[in-house]
Amino acid sequence: MTESAIVTTWKSPSPRLWKMRCLEAGSVGALVALVAGLAGAQAGAVPGAAAAGGAVLSTGVVLRFLRNRFRSWAYQERDEDLVVKRGVAFRRLSVVPYGRMQFVDVTAGPVERLFKLSTIKLHTAAAASDARIPGLERDEAARLRDQLASLGEAKAAGL
Amino acid sequence: MTHPGPTATHWRRLHPLTPVVRAGRIVSVLLVALVISNARGPTDNTAGVYDLVLVVIVVLAGAIRWLVTRWTIDGVTLRIESGLLRRDSRQLPLARIQAVDVVRPFLARLFGLSELRVRLAGSSSADGRLAYLSQQVAADLRARLLATHHGIDPDTPEPAEQTLTTVPTGRLVGSVLLSGGITFVPSVVALLVLVRVSSTAAVVFGSAFATYLFGFVQGVWRRISSQYGFSVADAPDGIRIRRGLLGTVAETIPARRVQAVRLIEPFSWRLFGWCRLEVDVAGAAGREERSGRSTTSTKALLPVGSHDLAHHLIATAIPAPQPTTSPPPHRARFKAPLSYHFLEAGHNDVLVMAVTGRVRRTTTWVPMVKAQSIRRIQGPVQRRLGLTTVHLDAAGKRIRAEFRDRAADESDRLVEELTSLSRAARKAEAASGPGAPAGTSAAAGWFVDPSGRHLMRYWDGAAWTDHVRDREVAGVDPPRP
Repeated sequence: MTESAIVTTWKSPSPRLWKMRCLEAGSVGALVALVAGLAGAQAGAVPGAAAAGGAVLSTGVVLRFLRNRFRSWAYQERDEDLVVKRGVAFRRLSVVPYGRMQFVDVTAGPVERLFKLSTIKLHTAAAASDARIPGLERDEAARLRDQLASLGEAKAAGL
Repeated sequence: MTHPGPTATHWRRLHPLTPVVRAGRIVSVLLVALVISNARGPTDNTAGVYDLVLVVIVVLAGAIRWLVTRWTIDGVTLRIESGLLRRDSRQLPLARIQAVDVVRPFLARLFGLSELRVRLAGSSSADGRLAYLSQQVAADLRARLLATHHGIDPDTPEPAEQTLTTVPTGRLVGSVLLSGGITFVPSVVALLVLVRVSSTAAVVFGSAFATYLFGFVQGVWRRISSQYGFSVADAPDGIRIRRGLLGTVAETIPARRVQAVRLIEPFSWRLFGWCRLEVDVAGAAGREERSGRSTTSTKALLPVGSHDLAHHLIATAIPAPQPTTSPPPHRARFKAPLSYHFLEAGHNDVLVMAVTGRVRRTTTWVPMVKAQSIRRIQGPVQRRLGLTTVHLDAAGKRIRAEFRDRAADESDRLVEELTSLSRAARKAEAASGPGAPAGTSAAAGWFVDPSGRHLMRYWDGAAWTDHVRDREVAGVDPPRP
């Protein structure tokens, strides 16, 4: 039973989350490159180009890391619990039983709203249990929230 | 309706001496000031008059506060009303009690008064405070609250207790000095050396040392006065703890409310084979405004004692067979060279046990029923070595059992096993009667609704009935498994 449970499909955040991360990192990177390029240009054309290039290169590295990080997020709704895994360097997997859920948070920042995305977070009585799923499409977030709320109510257990 | 409804409310007041004790601290300070100003000389008494006016105001405010505060037990809830301008009515469902404390500060003790504190999950400690009651009323009320909590007749007298252990004063003082001494003795030696070498350095170091000494003495005094005369007793309604030198505290932790037990062995105590035991109980110690998120408070179950004693107390706090533990694989030595010699963990159907620590060895027990979530973490170094860490979280901050640096294939199995075992334990608890050990059933009464849809549900002694209550409103809803 547990073996079959682990095989059930992993779902991932929306691909729009990756676009959002690209925009965020890209705009910050472009800004840094511009400032670095201008500062370097005071010393001459070559240092200016080198500084801007360096900034662009490091943005690329950050983007690669973000890409891996985006790919690592996955969640699974099992019969009794929600499983969330994430992380590149530190790989984390959380199993949160529906019955232990205290409340569900759905948040959407300004940039997230631009991409029609929201973040869902499950809270239990333990501060450490982190079941957070970013970059869910609005409909999916609403469905998951209602699903979690009703499952949590049906399976609630005392402290 | 067949079930008992709320009886006619009979409001009661706090003890009439309450304002005196409340004002006592301020008044005593003012009295000292008055005496000093008079001793200087009988010049003018205006300052004394002001002081007296202040005392009268404080006492009057206290008297008004006393007049507008009242409490009652209304079937299954303790209700406290207070406030003159802003009326404040609190309802504490007795089935949700996590612990009941009777606190007697020094001044209250002189007047034979006690303060009753009721801790609920997710409430601040101020919520369930009745200060002050006479000793007899406080003791009766505690027995009543706990009897109602366990679903037996509220008029049942407080059950007899069996004292498990008391902590000798000598050992307490020794242990406190020992844990402070580790920094104290080298500082004294350094000071003596410095005095011989150079006087200016000695003065600089000495003044810093004096500040440190002040804090040290204060800390030692606080620990000794709060843990003095520590005694632990086992009673049918829970574990009872009594302690205190000037002000005394009597705590009762109902059975099955223990989230976790920790055994701590500080480095300097190991020579004597001493250890300290702590329990975590859901129910706030400080203020936490976020609704739905419960905090935990840590209570000392044994400030200092031998291992045998500690294990005896653990068996009382968590009556379950001890799991067999195993160390992590040898290659974990490279990842955790300092703590490898301590690392150990294991579990059985009902209990998880894990040992961690570098210098101070900490052993944690978490009952499977209390698991809030299960997490697996693998860092970059661990991945190289094929190791992972698995956490079993209990309610509260950083309260967890850690299976640190286990083999990767073992941890996959572990996550699945802990998930299904904790689920099975939760179901077994929900299926058995409320507040009673598995297998037996509690007497009829109102309890927290196991389905979670309502605040309370009536248990008729054998099964859950359709009768539910939310705050003051009674209703009917079948229990549906």
